[in-house]
Amino acid sequence: MQQTPNAHAVPGSGERPQETVLSLTHAAKTFGPVVALADGTIEIQAGEIHALVGENGAGKSTLVKILAGLHHPDSGDFRLSGEPVHFRNVAESKAAGISVIYQEPTLFPDLTVAENIFIGRQPKGRSRLISRSEMRRQAAELFRRLGVPIDPSRVAEGLSIADQQIIEIAKAISLDAKVLVMDEPTAALSGVEVDRLFAVARALRDKGTGILFISHRFDEVFDLCDRITVMRDGRYIATHRTADVTVERIVREMVGRDIATLFPKAEAEIGHTVLKVEGLSSAGVFRDISFEVRAGEIVALAGLVGAGRTEVARAVFGIDPYDSGRIEVEGKPLKARDPQAAIAAGLGFVPEDRRKQGLVMNLSVARNVTLTLREKFLTAGLINGAKERRAAQEWSKRLQVKAGSQEHAVSTLSGGNQQKVVLAKWLATDPRLLIIDEPTRGIDVGTKSEVHRLISDLAVRGIAILMISSELPEVLGMADRVLVMREGRITAHLDRAAADPESVMHAATSSTGVTE
Amino acid sequence: MSSTIDHREPDTTAVRAGGGALGSVLRLRELPVLIALALLVLITYLNNPLFLSPQGVKDLLLNATIIMILAAGQTLLIITRNIDLSVGSMLGLVAFGTGSIFAAMPDLPIFAVLVVGMAFGALLGSINGLLVTVAKVPALVITLGTLYVFRGLNNAWAGGKQYFAGDRPEAFGALSVDTVLGFPIITLLAIAVVVAVAVYMAGTRPGRDLYAIGSDPDAATVFGIKVSKRVFLAFLANGALAGLAGVLYASRFNSVGATTGTGMELDVVAAAVVGGVAIFGGSGTVAGAALGALLLTTITSSLTALRVDKFWQQAIVGILILTAIIIDRLASLRTAKKLRISEARNV
Repeated sequence: MQQTPNAHAVPGSGERPQETVLSLTHAAKTFGPVVALADGTIEIQAGEIHALVGENGAGKSTLVKILAGLHHPDSGDFRLSGEPVHFRNVAESKAAGISVIYQEPTLFPDLTVAENIFIGRQPKGRSRLISRSEMRRQAAELFRRLGVPIDPSRVAEGLSIADQQIIEIAKAISLDAKVLVMDEPTAALSGVEVDRLFAVARALRDKGTGILFISHRFDEVFDLCDRITVMRDGRYIATHRTADVTVERIVREMVGRDIATLFPKAEAEIGHTVLKVEGLSSAGVFRDISFEVRAGEIVALAGLVGAGRTEVARAVFGIDPYDSGRIEVEGKPLKARDPQAAIAAGLGFVPEDRRKQGLVMNLSVARNVTLTLREKFLTAGLINGAKERRAAQEWSKRLQVKAGSQEHAVSTLSGGNQQKVVLAKWLATDPRLLIIDEPTRGIDVGTKSEVHRLISDLAVRGIAILMISSELPEVLGMADRVLVMREGRITAHLDRAAADPESVMHAATSSTGVTE
Repeated sequence: MSSTIDHREPDTTAVRAGGGALGSVLRLRELPVLIALALLVLITYLNNPLFLSPQGVKDLLLNATIIMILAAGQTLLIITRNIDLSVGSMLGLVAFGTGSIFAAMPDLPIFAVLVVGMAFGALLGSINGLLVTVAKVPALVITLGTLYVFRGLNNAWAGGKQYFAGDRPEAFGALSVDTVLGFPIITLLAIAVVVAVAVYMAGTRPGRDLYAIGSDPDAATVFGIKVSKRVFLAFLANGALAGLAGVLYASRFNSVGATTGTGMELDVVAAAVVGGVAIFGGSGTVAGAALGALLLTTITSSLTALRVDKFWQQAIVGILILTAIIIDRLASLRTAKKLRISEARNV
């Protein structure tokens, strides 16, 4: 990472007076019973880059959506340059000078780059019609100022994420934005592109724009930002000047809560090695992944979204190909790219997006549970409904799925109960190893601990569990061992005793110890 | 300052756009239709020189006129990822209404009838627009419903009754007979409609919003584009154009009754698709749709002139539609491939 010598100098601390362009105080937002934001507080000054950090689910994206005018806060005080504002929609927020760049920019793929920048306010010529040449000229001028070679006349389809973000920034500049919000802009960028983005951000700051920068990468936050605000569990925790604070302190504030009491994990007897992965690599996705999972053991794959954890799991299960490396199940090599072989070898895969990949939402609970073992219920070549229902009932009871009837469509169940149906589906195949991707994503707090208890029970029964989770408390509460991944590589192997929030977060975010 | 940029800009863009003016002509989605049309006319002319006699040309244009107007309206909708299948029924209602008005008030000025017909069409179109934007049901389903409802109204209203050209003023029928510079008057009206819609879609902010909506409806909402309002107005305009087409239909054809315009919606959608309007919205032009209408009606005339069996004609039209869609699909696959390559570089 390129280090600019005066990057940490806070503009306004010396010659310029500090001017608060945006302040949001004690904003709250609930969706039904779910509290998305309990106390959203942020204050951005003109000419500063302000970082917003927090774990997944800390309320950052809800706060951003309030700034963008997509959500309306239930309560709280929202001011721009001291004046109270109430945005009814995105257009009002934009008109007031707030531009938001999302992780995945939303451009119109069929329109030209120039038109994407000026949509709704295209320059007009003498005929009072849109002047394409003027629009192109203004877009080219913006790109010249940003120092990027993008052709304004090409359509947006096919542009890299980095270029799309530059176009969003060009739009913000042309709108004369006072506040620019960047929601994890670097997640999909390469090193060179990150440098270019940071150069643009610094140039904007020096011209007096207030920038809110949301990132999980501490090296970037400390390199780029003047101040840091920490959020946790939907609440404002603290704001620091970057120069006055350490990574360790920020991490502590992000995760600071009692983890051990959340998930009562039963002690399971650890047996023989079920899964052995050696030197698994896939170009551009992950590299040199080696680990083992033993019977009765819960191994967590921790790390940030996009670190390559799901990709490793998909390769192990045979969904995605890999370039090199070996996978063994109970000592026998596992065929690559063949999920049927993986199932036959005793593997089960509970995907992150259960609605799309784990369940057939319109089918009944019974059908979903028995989907993986239809051939067991065949009578004269046809599925025997009675046998199927009996098996489904048996498993649903054991997993305490709360469904009105086995015949109800899965889509009518709550998220937690849907997850139990997916688990039931795989347990019915009598697996030796279960890969569970984000077991409690989108599941309410009450049901979460039930899912955790279930997973713990499975381990006690001798099933080896590989759990991917972005939630630190879940990782630390459940896992016997923690593997931390960062940018496609395993950066730490931690035993239960050695794993704590700081060590996991550090391995997941900091580039120290890993050569670029 | 602007002059320095003017000097710099053309050479940076021209290089990366790959070919400047010639390149942009070659990339036109309408180009294949234009070439197909030219080839078709040339081949038919070589076999049957009467095909391009003044009367032959006039017939070709007259045949395309009604579909061209309907295709212009349909383009407004397809560009926004919507569709209106009820245009044939709307046209039928307005055409029969035109017959009824002239039967009751033969002295009414033609202009007044045009205005009434378009207003009637706009009313029908706004019903579609309201149902789609308020009920949030896909336009395909809504307009499939109104297709039958409007046709049912027409049946109930007309019963077995038909109005004939003799029931209408001579000057009204003359619109489809008299020519200016070789063009029938109703064709000139249709061309004026196409030009007006083309200018609106290419040169005004609301017109460009339509493309944005069809390109990514969710992004359009996030951008603060008034999606519902624009879509509603597009349905209303499409209805008004169907109304205009209905009045002109009564001028062009001898009889109007309960079944007038039946099945026309498919010709209209086919014309737009053949003319390069992407069925999932976001790209295409009204000029292309008009060319598509001309191609589809010309191909029928050519095949007749070439004495191709009538049974084969429909199959050939079908093949044309499939070819247009396959070309479109191949083009988008090529862009998708480029996208993957550029993403791969980021890893």
